[in-house]
Amino acid sequence: MNQDAVELRRTPLHALHVELGARMGPFAGYDMPIQYPTGILAEHAQTRTRAGLFDVSHMGQALLDGPDHETTARALETLCAADVVGLSPGRQRYTQLLNAEGGIVDDLMATRPEGHDGRLFLVVNAARKEVDFERIGAALPQNVRLAVLSDRALIALQGPMAERVLIPRAPRGAIEQMKFMTARALPLGGVECHVSRSGYTGEDGFEISLPADRADAFARALIADSHVAPIGLGARDSLRLEAGLCLYGHELDETIDPVEAGLSWSIGKRRRIEGGFPGFQRISAALTKRPQRYRVGVKLEGRAPAREGADIVDAAGQKIGVVTSGGFGPSVGAAIAMGYVPRQAATPGTLLGLVVRGRILPGRVSALPFHPHAYKRD
Amino acid sequence: MPELRYTKDHEFARVDGDVATVGISDYAQRQLGDVVFVELPKVGAALQAGQSVAVVESVKAASDVFSPISGKVVEVNSALEGEPALINEDPLGRGWLFKASLDDRPAFAELMDEAAYDAFLKTLG
Repeated sequence: MNQDAVELRRTPLHALHVELGARMGPFAGYDMPIQYPTGILAEHAQTRTRAGLFDVSHMGQALLDGPDHETTARALETLCAADVVGLSPGRQRYTQLLNAEGGIVDDLMATRPEGHDGRLFLVVNAARKEVDFERIGAALPQNVRLAVLSDRALIALQGPMAERVLIPRAPRGAIEQMKFMTARALPLGGVECHVSRSGYTGEDGFEISLPADRADAFARALIADSHVAPIGLGARDSLRLEAGLCLYGHELDETIDPVEAGLSWSIGKRRRIEGGFPGFQRISAALTKRPQRYRVGVKLEGRAPAREGADIVDAAGQKIGVVTSGGFGPSVGAAIAMGYVPRQAATPGTLLGLVVRGRILPGRVSALPFHPHAYKRD
Repeated sequence: MPELRYTKDHEFARVDGDVATVGISDYAQRQLGDVVFVELPKVGAALQAGQSVAVVESVKAASDVFSPISGKVVEVNSALEGEPALINEDPLGRGWLFKASLDDRPAFAELMDEAAYDAFLKTLG
């Protein structure tokens, strides 16, 4: 096994992962747990039936601070197509940083914290955080500042039992009151945290930002709960694939716009008319005239997985697209994939083939998500 | 008395009389993680030692299995279609991949026996 010449970075939970017997591997420049001794299938099932704890501290966390909400929000709106001005206190929104051609630089969560007028809290992908923060910093007006939070950890607790695990550790009623895509500052088990009800698995769950020096003890306390098990990046990927969620570098990159990526729901209504974001021309055209290609889910008839890079062919065997993510979906019980195909081929039920080791594996376009979301919306 | 031998690619062949049972080692299944699918050769297929003969798909990636022996496939483990996890649970037993007739016995005898394979594993760290 060859070692990378460049030294890998570590999250605050690195020692814990090693102690738990995780198989570590490089991801976005970090030494991360790919799986624990339980294995990916068990970790996947754990998250769908009980609660899984994910170390996502490698992701980028930052604050934007300006004189008032509208100023800070408009500053972010120069880089993305979401309605940030209209974001209420304690609410979180999913959006994408755009380049001049309307392509996606990264996808991210933007939160308007309660009680801090003029502040926005951003979480971006680990592999893109340097690119993102440079781009954001360069675009800000004089009176809005970016502060990268390099001293904070980020822990996700996901699954149907996540709520019941956190309730005894939080002020009475605080966890139960939170709906999907809301956020608040909360003491959890005595640690001051910023908590959002959100995640990357399709399950109900929480993402918890806390001081890095409290993270190890915090994670250990949660793992000690019999409903919780640690989950590695391997299962994180199979969970998000089943949930139909995009992964930057796969479904999203600088050549793909939000409309063809199936993310036009994240573009604000006011923004479609007013513009003021990069790539307005391409994105407007895609919204009105429909994009040429479209992200789809594909469910294969058999269990043999098709992986990223596999050709997608039509019923006549002609190549029409490519797989951007693929694998086995344990909750779905089938091999599943996402990729881009021409709009005409994007209707659920359309017969397709995925080329694996020179053979065409039959499948069909599937509606997304492959596995239903269980977000707490009401 | 069946003879068990291993390759440096972590396949095994257990020869009893003229028939070899082939699979992957316990070390290999641990490295792979949970197996979700196995692509087996066809009965009657000719085998060359060192050639890719099967593919084991784990959740994360596909791995080639190289035949440890030269010969011909006489039987494949059809139980793996419904239960690929047998490879993880019992790689040298119920997780066997295929059986083959053995063409080149001297070449087989030169493969690592269990003690040599264990020593080899220690060098991998």
